[in-house]
Amino acid sequence: MTETVLDVRNLRVEFPTRRGTLTAVDDISLTIAKGEILGVVGESGAGKSMTGMAILGLLEPPGRIASGEIWLSGDRIDNLSETQMQAVRGRRIGAIFQDPLTSLNPLFRVGDQLVETIRLHTQLSKSAARQRAIELMREVGIPAVEERIDNYPHQFSGGMRQRIVIALALCAEPELIIADEPTTALDVSIQAQITALLKRLCRERGTAVMLVTHDMGVIAETADRVAVMYAGRLAELGAVEDVVRRPQHPYTTGLMGSIPSLRRDEAELQMIPGAMPRLGAIPEGCAFNPRCAFAGPKCRRDTPRIHGNGAACWLALEGATA
Amino acid sequence: MLAFLIKRTANAAFVMLAVALLAFTIFRFFGDPVEMMVNEQATQADRAELRERLGLNDGFVTQYTRFVTNAVQGDFGISYRNQQDVMVLIGDRFPATFELVLVATVISLVVGIPLGVITAVHRDSRLANALQLGSIVGVSLPSFVVGIMLILAFSVTLGWLPAFGRGETVDVGWWSTGLLTPSGRAALVLPAISLSTFQITLVMRLVRAEMLETLRTDYVKFARARGVPAARVQWVHALRNCLMPVITLTGMQIGNLIAFALVTETVFQWPGMGLLFIQAVTFVDIPVMAAYLMLVSFIFVALNTAVDVTYAWVDPRLRDDTAKAGGANG
Ligand SMILES: Nc1ncnc2c1ncn2[C@@H]1O[C@H](COP(=O)(O)OP(=O)(O)O)[C@@H](O)[C@H]1O
Ligand code: SF4
Ligand SMILES: [Mg+2]
Repeated sequence: MTETVLDVRNLRVEFPTRRGTLTAVDDISLTIAKGEILGVVGESGAGKSMTGMAILGLLEPPGRIASGEIWLSGDRIDNLSETQMQAVRGRRIGAIFQDPLTSLNPLFRVGDQLVETIRLHTQLSKSAARQRAIELMREVGIPAVEERIDNYPHQFSGGMRQRIVIALALCAEPELIIADEPTTALDVSIQAQITALLKRLCRERGTAVMLVTHDMGVIAETADRVAVMYAGRLAELGAVEDVVRRPQHPYTTGLMGSIPSLRRDEAELQMIPGAMPRLGAIPEGCAFNPRCAFAGPKCRRDTPRIHGNGAACWLALEGATA
Repeated sequence: MLAFLIKRTANAAFVMLAVALLAFTIFRFFGDPVEMMVNEQATQADRAELRERLGLNDGFVTQYTRFVTNAVQGDFGISYRNQQDVMVLIGDRFPATFELVLVATVISLVVGIPLGVITAVHRDSRLANALQLGSIVGVSLPSFVVGIMLILAFSVTLGWLPAFGRGETVDVGWWSTGLLTPSGRAALVLPAISLSTFQITLVMRLVRAEMLETLRTDYVKFARARGVPAARVQWVHALRNCLMPVITLTGMQIGNLIAFALVTETVFQWPGMGLLFIQAVTFVDIPVMAAYLMLVSFIFVALNTAVDVTYAWVDPRLRDDTAKAGGANG
């Protein structure tokens, strides 16, 4: 039995609005073991980022965790105070966001941002922290580090900036890294390099990774397990080989059918007619039922749910949709 | 950076030449300088001789060139009213205005920036709403009303601070400063507060708007995700990204403050350039008015240039084109 690093139990994220409460993340349970990479896929708006932000304790008010628990290596973290959470973010959980062009503060030298992060989480002196920053930058593949460390973010290309963001996420050797579409904003030619770099660094360290993407190809190459999200719910969860080769949820099947084609979700989901419902308009029962070729009466009445490997589909769960 | 400096300086010089043309035209054509200078009994011959001596018979370009050449050397002629060198008159009054404006600016930044950050960070809190409301009052009250209210409260009723004048001054070289004596500092308090009220609210509202924008950016969220404490994110990472417009505003407003000091100086009988200008207007003392116009414009232009240069200093992205040099490799 491998060590569980992240354990999310029945997580529900809500946004109170004037027109009622929207549920952006609806009863999600998942775990990530030490050294494991969990891919999270789904269309934009499926609730992938909200899940990541909830784990980091960075939901923007009025968004909030309405119920559920989040455990990190045996410590419950969803009910920590802001001060306690500051010692978790960056130290025990590293984050990588989508757009490297905007993740770094434009007015601070990259070296200073690294040194700041290192010193926040370790007892290192200024010069030792700088030494560590240089090593990290070298490790993520920045050439001529001694010359570049005092440069500003705008002096680096997008790919180089995302490498620096990865270095920032690794500053304190966290147990878990949440990478929210780390390559989506990058040039196609360097996406694979960055994904490979992230995978190698985390494997070497035994870091658990939650890799959010809407690129099934990236999942197939990088992840150990995959969670498919749809309209804030888990549609399917399982080992990558199983889900890719024998998808059980009709939505996953649709996603898989598109791997060899264009890699963007808009194009991908032309396979499945219709669009994902808006948060305020999720149908009764299975959220996928308006688009599903197999939908039966049960699908329009009862919501299929999973809290472990499997597919949230009556066909898979009970063999019938009647 | 050097090319940038040269370009900005050339721009500034060009603007000043245009202002000089305006000042010169007023000086030369609003009323006859000769009529203003001679006394009633002067003969026609006396007048013609004075006209020749002042060079008023020369061509327009020659006269303009002379005006500019003299102005560059700080020579604006003799005041009609009290026959003193205009530059000496202004030199006597300039320190008073400068110190008033300087202190008002410092107050507006020291008070306005933190208020702006607080109202942005704790938006919707009771404190923030109260401050917002206060700032509306602040921008809508005319500064002479603020001045009079301050005098009523702190001079007349409480008797804590003087209501007019500059107190004792000390000469440092040609500069007479009120900052070094207790009575000089006391005299500065009310006029400076009065002059800065509008400015404080302006700075506060600008910082608030910029902070609200900046707090939504990815790098602020990412800084939080790195574990940077919220206060440091707000006061260091976000605030620094808001300072650019504050620098612009302050730079531009110092010019306005010098111009508006006129009102404050009148209310508090503050012996600055504004008061001198008001007196000059009353006596149609054209050389003093021309010199005041030139000087205030010069300050405006110099500040504008300084603001541009400071920009480049605060924001590395504007500094040079190293972006092109270093950013090519993926
Ligand atoms: N401030 C908010 N108020 C209401 N709904 C929001 C807010 N922010 C995000 N959402 C909704 O939450 C849902 C999940 O968004 P997100 O997690 O960003 O999706 P993903 O990352 O999978 O593309 C989306 O439908 C989005 O519209
Ligand atoms: S539960 Fe029903 S509607 Fe939903 S995916 Fe399965 S078959 Fe389709
Ligand atoms: Mg997202």
